[in-house]
Amino acid sequence: MKEYLDRTMDIGPYVPEPDDDLIICRCEEITRGEIRKAIHEGMFTMTEVKRYLRTGMGLCQGQTCGRLVKQILEQELSKRITPEAENTARAPMRPIPMSTYGKEVE
Amino acid sequence: MVKHYDLIVVGAGPAGLSAAIKAAECGMQVIVFDENHRPGGQLFKQIHKFFGSKEHKAKIRGIRIGEELLAEAEKAGVEVSLDSIVLGLFNLKGVSVMRNDQIEHFRGDNVIIATGASENVIPFEGWTLPGVIGAGAAQTMMNLHGVMPGKRILMVGSGNVGLVVSFQLLQAGCEVAAVIDAAPRIGGYGVHAAKVARTGVPFLLSHTVVKAEGTDHVTGVVIAQVDDHFRPIPGTEKHFDVDIICMAVGLSPMSQLTRMAGCKMVDNGGAVPEINEYGETSIPGIFVAGDVAGIEEASSAMITGRIAALGAARRGGFLQEEDFQTQYRQCLDSLNQLRQGMFCKLNKGRRDITETDEGYPLSMSLLTKGYMTEEELAAIPTVDSHDCGIHPVIECTQNIPCNPCQEACRFGCISVGENITRLPGVVPGSKCTGCGMCVANCPGQAIFLVNENYEEGFAAVTLPYEFLPVPQKGDQGMALDRSGKPVCDAEVISVKTSKSFDHTMLLTMKIPAEFAGKARFYKPEKEGK
Repeated sequence: MKEYLDRTMDIGPYVPEPDDDLIICRCEEITRGEIRKAIHEGMFTMTEVKRYLRTGMGLCQGQTCGRLVKQILEQELSKRITPEAENTARAPMRPIPMSTYGKEVE
Repeated sequence: MVKHYDLIVVGAGPAGLSAAIKAAECGMQVIVFDENHRPGGQLFKQIHKFFGSKEHKAKIRGIRIGEELLAEAEKAGVEVSLDSIVLGLFNLKGVSVMRNDQIEHFRGDNVIIATGASENVIPFEGWTLPGVIGAGAAQTMMNLHGVMPGKRILMVGSGNVGLVVSFQLLQAGCEVAAVIDAAPRIGGYGVHAAKVARTGVPFLLSHTVVKAEGTDHVTGVVIAQVDDHFRPIPGTEKHFDVDIICMAVGLSPMSQLTRMAGCKMVDNGGAVPEINEYGETSIPGIFVAGDVAGIEEASSAMITGRIAALGAARRGGFLQEEDFQTQYRQCLDSLNQLRQGMFCKLNKGRRDITETDEGYPLSMSLLTKGYMTEEELAAIPTVDSHDCGIHPVIECTQNIPCNPCQEACRFGCISVGENITRLPGVVPGSKCTGCGMCVANCPGQAIFLVNENYEEGFAAVTLPYEFLPVPQKGDQGMALDRSGKPVCDAEVISVKTSKSFDHTMLLTMKIPAEFAGKARFYKPEKEGK
């Protein structure tokens, strides 16, 4: 983890690519270019990209895009994303209405 | 209030249900949660016959296996809680569940996570248009709700899921424009590919989707050939008019609950929990079963479910060490049978396999076009005994774990042997009666009965047929070869159904004798070309 988070790592500048306008996270409508830019602005982990852009924070909770964001990270950083650098798994696992969340069975 | 169980299982698919049944049989008080309205996971979408041997429920359709598991679960006293969304797995094996618009808390002495997998996608221009769907969605529409996903489909992915779903789409009455794959070889079983290819569906390997066309829904697709780095080669683009682009490009384990609980994760083509031989994670008492631990088939998921349950039962003191060992050994033997052959995990992605275990050359045409050439078939002696009169032709030429053909023949004409990945062959000196049980029971639909001397100048070919409308005796149609190309006129001389055929019809067609080695499918003529 320590090695992975080497902030001095030089990954070069963001260079636009033809498919940058592809939507990657459908729920939050975030494009490949936005994700690539974020990485070049210093977001080196799944969690950082998520907090910066909201990827994987929509209805499907990253079920679809998680793998795609990871692939883009791996490509830009030329590094394999280790399990430690993946998103934190948190409850609630599925989106639930607030009205339900506050209603616990006694 | 926290409700307490000996074992909590998350997921009522093949792994979870099998685990729950086994644990309940050991005397544990078990509850299974599933977020869906119906139990069975993906099993109820699987209308095809499964591979394996009898103990793996081979030749039984997935939907029937699901029904059997549910009946066993009920008999064993398993509590199955549906519409129950597990929101979290916490320290000390606390499980929070949303059901009936409320949150409930449970605690298990043991927890088995059997949440399965989710489908992968590949993004391309236009991939968010309605009409781009996953293979799972196609199966849900067709097999659960009786809805055709579309009229003309492009299948992306030639693994077993892509092949099986392509065949189901054809059965539902859709047209499959092509099956494409970025890899240079077909990823799934040759027999699955062959039954799609013989209906006339082309396979395009080393191809990927460039873009989906359409403004508010898919109206077409552009594909292109890829280079060694899977990049599209300019100038190789091809267009198809389709209204559905169906993706079957792999699955990823849904392992979030194990991560949430703090289980140690490892990188195995994605983050999966590190487990011991009994499916137990780094946290004692938290087990995984099925695809969560790494993608396999439903047949192996049922066994890994049972193994996890045995582990949990031993841990909870419900199973003596000796009983545990005996049962574990049985499960392991059964699992190892399935984990063999050229498509097993160990051989995944290997390009250097060029021969079968028996030393026969592998068909390269089968691996790239989905069908075998006559020369390739002739090079494999187990395929055709060349007996006079009616006899089976067994076009099963890859080592896959499957042997129902051996059991199907009551006259002992077909032998696979102890090792179920061996190629089936006709037993020398045996006499085929033409009953067709092998044809109907082969899950790969790879066995045909051929009688070269049916009538003066005419041969009869019997093939497995699972399409509607049911052809009638006397119907005139066309015989197609293995690539789906019409080769000659054909007359239907019989269509047999029987309970033991389990919805596979045996269609026998009369064709000119010289086409006996070529004709492998029947197409009603009136459909046109």
